[in-house]
Amino acid sequence: MESIVKNQTVPLTQKKRFSNKRKLKANLVGWLMASPWIIGFLVFTLGPTLGSLEISFTDWNLLSAPNYVGMSNYIKMANDPLIKHSVWVTTYYSVVTVPLHLIIGFLLALFLNRQIKGMTLWRTIYYLPTIISGVAVSLLWKWLFNPDFGVLNDLTGLVFHIGKFDWLGNETLVIPSLILMSLWSVGGSMLIYLAGLQNIPTELYESAQLDGAGGFKQLLYITLPMMTPVLFLNLIMGIISSFQTFTSAFVMTGGGPNHASLFYMLELYFNAFQDFHMGYASAMAWVLFVYILILTLLVFVSGKYWVYYEGGERPA
Amino acid sequence: MNQRQVRFLMDLLSYLVLTTGAVVILIPWVWMLSTALKDNNQVFQIPPVWIPHPFVWNNFWDSMTQPGLPFGLFLSNSVIITVAATVGSLLSSSIVAFAFSRINWTGRNVLFFIVLATMMIPSEITIVPRFIMFKMLGWNDTFLPLIVPAFLGSPFYIFILRQFMLTISMEYDLAAKLDGCNTWSILWKIILPQCVPVFMTVSIFSIQAHWNDFMSPLIYLSSTSNFTATLGLSMFNGEYSTNWTLLMAASIIVMLPILILFAAAQKYFIQGIVTTGLK
Repeated sequence: MESIVKNQTVPLTQKKRFSNKRKLKANLVGWLMASPWIIGFLVFTLGPTLGSLEISFTDWNLLSAPNYVGMSNYIKMANDPLIKHSVWVTTYYSVVTVPLHLIIGFLLALFLNRQIKGMTLWRTIYYLPTIISGVAVSLLWKWLFNPDFGVLNDLTGLVFHIGKFDWLGNETLVIPSLILMSLWSVGGSMLIYLAGLQNIPTELYESAQLDGAGGFKQLLYITLPMMTPVLFLNLIMGIISSFQTFTSAFVMTGGGPNHASLFYMLELYFNAFQDFHMGYASAMAWVLFVYILILTLLVFVSGKYWVYYEGGERPA
Repeated sequence: MNQRQVRFLMDLLSYLVLTTGAVVILIPWVWMLSTALKDNNQVFQIPPVWIPHPFVWNNFWDSMTQPGLPFGLFLSNSVIITVAATVGSLLSSSIVAFAFSRINWTGRNVLFFIVLATMMIPSEITIVPRFIMFKMLGWNDTFLPLIVPAFLGSPFYIFILRQFMLTISMEYDLAAKLDGCNTWSILWKIILPQCVPVFMTVSIFSIQAHWNDFMSPLIYLSSTSNFTATLGLSMFNGEYSTNWTLLMAASIIVMLPILILFAAAQKYFIQGIVTTGLK
C-alpha cells in the first residue's frame, strides 16, 4: 500500500489533502460504528452512575419530589443494625466461600490434570451444575435441605449417624448450608484452573526432572508459581461475585431466619423495590461499591508479594 | 517406593477423589429427577425413595398447566427476551468491536480504555437510576428494559470480539478495499464470516445470562402475563411450596433448553469459561 502511494507522482499538497480526507472519513466511520456503545455507555452506564450518586443524597421515594438531605443517608446507614448485620453476613459468606472454591477447584484440577482417562465425562459432570445457576438450582437445593423429607438429612444420617438438621431454618446453619450449595458449582473454577495447568510449558517439568526434582517439589516450585496469575484473577472475580449474592437467598430463605441470611444485595433490594427508599438504596449501592473496591485493591497490593509473572512483568 | 509405585498410588488417589466428587455432584440431579417423577404420597415417604413407583410422567404436563401459572407463556416470554437480547448483543457488539479493531480513528484508544473500565463498574450501582429512568419512559412491565440495552453493545462481548478480530490479518481489508468494497461490506462479507467460532461463545454467554437472569425481570416485570420462566418458578415456589413433585418438574423444564444447548455446543461452553477465567 505504501509503495503504491510512493510511486505515484502526486504533488505533495494534493497528497496531503488526499490523506487528510481519508483520515476524516476513517474518523467518521469509526465514531459512527462505535456509536451504539457510546450511546449505551452514556445512557445506561455513565448517566445512571452519576444519577445514583446524586440520588444517594436525597430522600426520593418516587411518590413526592426528592429533597436533598446531604449525607444523612450515609449517616443513617452507619447506625442501621440491619445494614451492619447484612455486611457481616455477606462478608462471612464471602470469606469462607471464595477460598474454598479456590482450594477445592485447584485440587480437583490437579487430579484431573494427571492424564486421567474419561476427561470429557469428568468435565461434563463437574461443569454441568454451573450452567444452570439461579432460581432452578435454588429450588432444587431448598428441597434437598428440607428438614423432614429432604435427602440431605437422610444421607448425613446414613453416613455420619447424626440427627436431622433444619438446614435453612436454623440461624447458625443457614450460611454454612448456602456455602455448601455454592460448592456444587465448583466445577467452573476447576475448569479454569485445568486450562491454566495445561498452559504451563512441559519443558519446565522436563528440566526439573533432569535436576532430580520429585513430584511434590515440581508442584511447589513450578505449578504453584505458574498458576498464581490465574488464581489471582479468580480470587478477585470470586470476591466481586460473592458480594453480589442475591438469587439464592431471595428464593430459598428470603433473608431469614431472623435475618441470619440477610445478604447485602437482598437488603438493598428490599429498600429499593419494596419500601421505595431510592435515596437510601443508592447510598447502599455506593457503600457496597467502595467496600468491594477496597477489598479488590487490597488483593491487588498483596499480589505484588505472591503473584508471579513470567519475565517479571505484569501483563498489560 | 520407586517412581512407578508413587505414580500408581497417585493415579489411584485421583480416580478415588474424582469419583467421590462426581457421585456427590450427581446426587442432587438424580434426586431432582426422582422427585419430579413421583406421586404425591411417595414424596413424603421416610426414608426417602430413590426410584419412583409408579413413574408419574404426567407431572411434567401438570406443572406447566397450574391454574394462575401459565408456564407456556412464561417460557415463550423467556424465549422472546433471550433471542432478542442475544441478537441485539451480537449485532451491536460486533459492529463496535470492528470499529475498535480494524479502523484507525482519533479517540479509539481512550474509548476502548473506557470500555474496559466499565466492565469493572458493578451493576448494583445503576439498578436504582435505571429503574427510575425506565419508569419515566413508561417501559417498566414491558420487555424493553431487558432487551434495548443489549442493542447498545456489551463491554465484555465487545472485548472478546475485538481481541478475536485483531487476530485476522489486515491484508483482507486492504485487498477488499482495492476491489472496491466499502467498510460496511468488509465487515459483513470478510470479517464477520471469520468470527463464527467466537460468535458461538458470545451467544452462549448471552443466552445463558438472559435465560437464567432473575433480578432484572424481578425488578422490571410486574404483571403475571409478562413473567419470565425464572420469575414463574419463584412464584410457583411461593404458592405451591408443598408441591415438590410439580416444582421439581417445572425446574427441570426451565433448565432443559440450557442443558440441550450444552449438549449440542459443549466445546464452546468450555472455551467460554476458559476465556473468562484466563483472559
